[in-house]
Amino acid sequence: MSRYLNFIAEKNQVKYLIITIAFIIFSFFWIYPLLWVLSASFKTDFEIWGGLGLIPDRLVWENFERAWFGANMGRYFFNTLIITVVSVIIVVVTTGMFGYVIGRYSFPGKKILIGILISTIFIPQGYTIIPVFDLLNNLNISKNLIGLTLATAGHTPVIYILLFAGYFSRVPVELEEAAKMDGAGFVRTFISIMLPLTKPVVATVSILQVLHAWNDFLLPVVITLGNPDIRTLSVGVYAFKGEYFVDWSGMAAASVITILPIIILFLFMQKYFVEGVQGAVKG
Amino acid sequence: MHKKPLSKQIYDARWCYLFVLPCSILTGMFVIYPIGMSWYFSLLDWSGFTKEAKFIGLKNYYEAVNDEFFWDAFIRSFIFMFGTVPVKIVLGFIIAVFLNNQVLKLAPFFRTVIFMPVVTAIAIIGIVMTFVFSPFNGPANKFLMSTNLTSAPIDFLGNPDTVLPTVMGVYVWKWLGITMMYWLAALQTVPQDVYDAAKIDGAEGYRLWIHIILPIVLPFAIVIILVEAVGALNVFPLIETMTAGGPFFSSEVMEIYIFRTAFVTDSGTMPRLGYACAAGVFWGVAVLFITVLQGLWMRRTRRI
Repeated sequence: MSRYLNFIAEKNQVKYLIITIAFIIFSFFWIYPLLWVLSASFKTDFEIWGGLGLIPDRLVWENFERAWFGANMGRYFFNTLIITVVSVIIVVVTTGMFGYVIGRYSFPGKKILIGILISTIFIPQGYTIIPVFDLLNNLNISKNLIGLTLATAGHTPVIYILLFAGYFSRVPVELEEAAKMDGAGFVRTFISIMLPLTKPVVATVSILQVLHAWNDFLLPVVITLGNPDIRTLSVGVYAFKGEYFVDWSGMAAASVITILPIIILFLFMQKYFVEGVQGAVKG
Repeated sequence: MHKKPLSKQIYDARWCYLFVLPCSILTGMFVIYPIGMSWYFSLLDWSGFTKEAKFIGLKNYYEAVNDEFFWDAFIRSFIFMFGTVPVKIVLGFIIAVFLNNQVLKLAPFFRTVIFMPVVTAIAIIGIVMTFVFSPFNGPANKFLMSTNLTSAPIDFLGNPDTVLPTVMGVYVWKWLGITMMYWLAALQTVPQDVYDAAKIDGAEGYRLWIHIILPIVLPFAIVIILVEAVGALNVFPLIETMTAGGPFFSSEVMEIYIFRTAFVTDSGTMPRLGYACAAGVFWGVAVLFITVLQGLWMRRTRRI
């Protein structure tokens, strides 16, 4: 990650300065809607529609109180947290195992399995949502978090498997043979030798899945149609808009509750976000 | 070499099968099975909420292709795709080219800022944007009026003529960070010495880009276009939260149409899962067809 095509020469100070300033102005406009909602969450309704300024007169923390308790965002926050954490664990374990076998072994039926997987990449989510809804109903898990969590994990993007498979296939064979000599079986080799080596992929896949699970909308909105108790944050804010559409500041606070955790996570773990995103075109 | 019999091969690989099982079950339940079932459902006259379902053959399909709302939504989805993908590709490339400069000290900061909307929940963006573009003192109109760009507020999301371009603009804003990251990855593959050599040979400015760098990143461009094109057909959350397909269906894309016929009952109509599945299958096949076409085009271009 260190090839640069420098067409801005260091000595050309004027050009450098113009480009930097242009980007600063551009960045400000780019980020303005997000800053605006952050500032609105601390303002009164009156102040929100008063001007373009971003600094509130005083911090109205009551907005968050109304959103968290009144609009039930507190509950939705924990629903989303549970769905996200559990689906990350399921996804990492299942795609890790799958990727390991695909990346290192050949066995009858492997090609068919890969073929089926690849063919599902471009299936739009809208296409499968109705049978998923019906399936969860029939299994009697549509009214609690289990169904939503499983369905969230089940929509596993194939990219996770490819990331794992690619990484595992590059691990030297000697390591495995050494483990075998020590008498380690298939499962132990995987858990104690292989898995620890793939920490970067585990991190990347986890981050991508967090992003997916936390921000997903179509699946939770359909599954929770008749069950407000298991709503996620995104669905909660959407419902909030329908129910209390005059409480702008409360809605802004609810929005901030939803987006802030992921933005903070992104700022600290940017490297893995970038690797995950770029993995899609590199492969 | 003598090949082992199949049964022995399978027995030897028993751990492999065990390892692929959990993921296969999940994918089977939530991806493969639903695909099959949606074909079956599409042949039923079924509301989805009762057990009564009548097999009616291809009647749902017949009804869909004769519904003008269906075709409006169908075409609108492609307008959305053709309107957003080129903008994202070009804009993302330009930004990536600038941010790929080592000399630009603030490049990591700009990259973070441009990527920020990507990690923000899409439903929240849709809702926040209904504020931002509100004709009643929304920030977008406030800004336009205070700079005298318009004299009267524009009802961005309430006017059938402006609603689709506005939603498309928000879509580009939301996802441009991803396109930029793709392009940055592509630019990273341009070998430094090729670049340096071309510079020494006197290739400057646009010639350097057109003759040296573009050919190298072109294979990436094709993958990026493919990924972006499919992405631009999956816009349900943004449109549902911003406009729900309105006003007067003027921003109703295919996914909203499917959702509306399947689940929305405000207008007093019965939900019709069977019919919605037929529309969905039709749509899925159309998307698959385009993907395959693009894939073929991709292979041909790569061979050249």
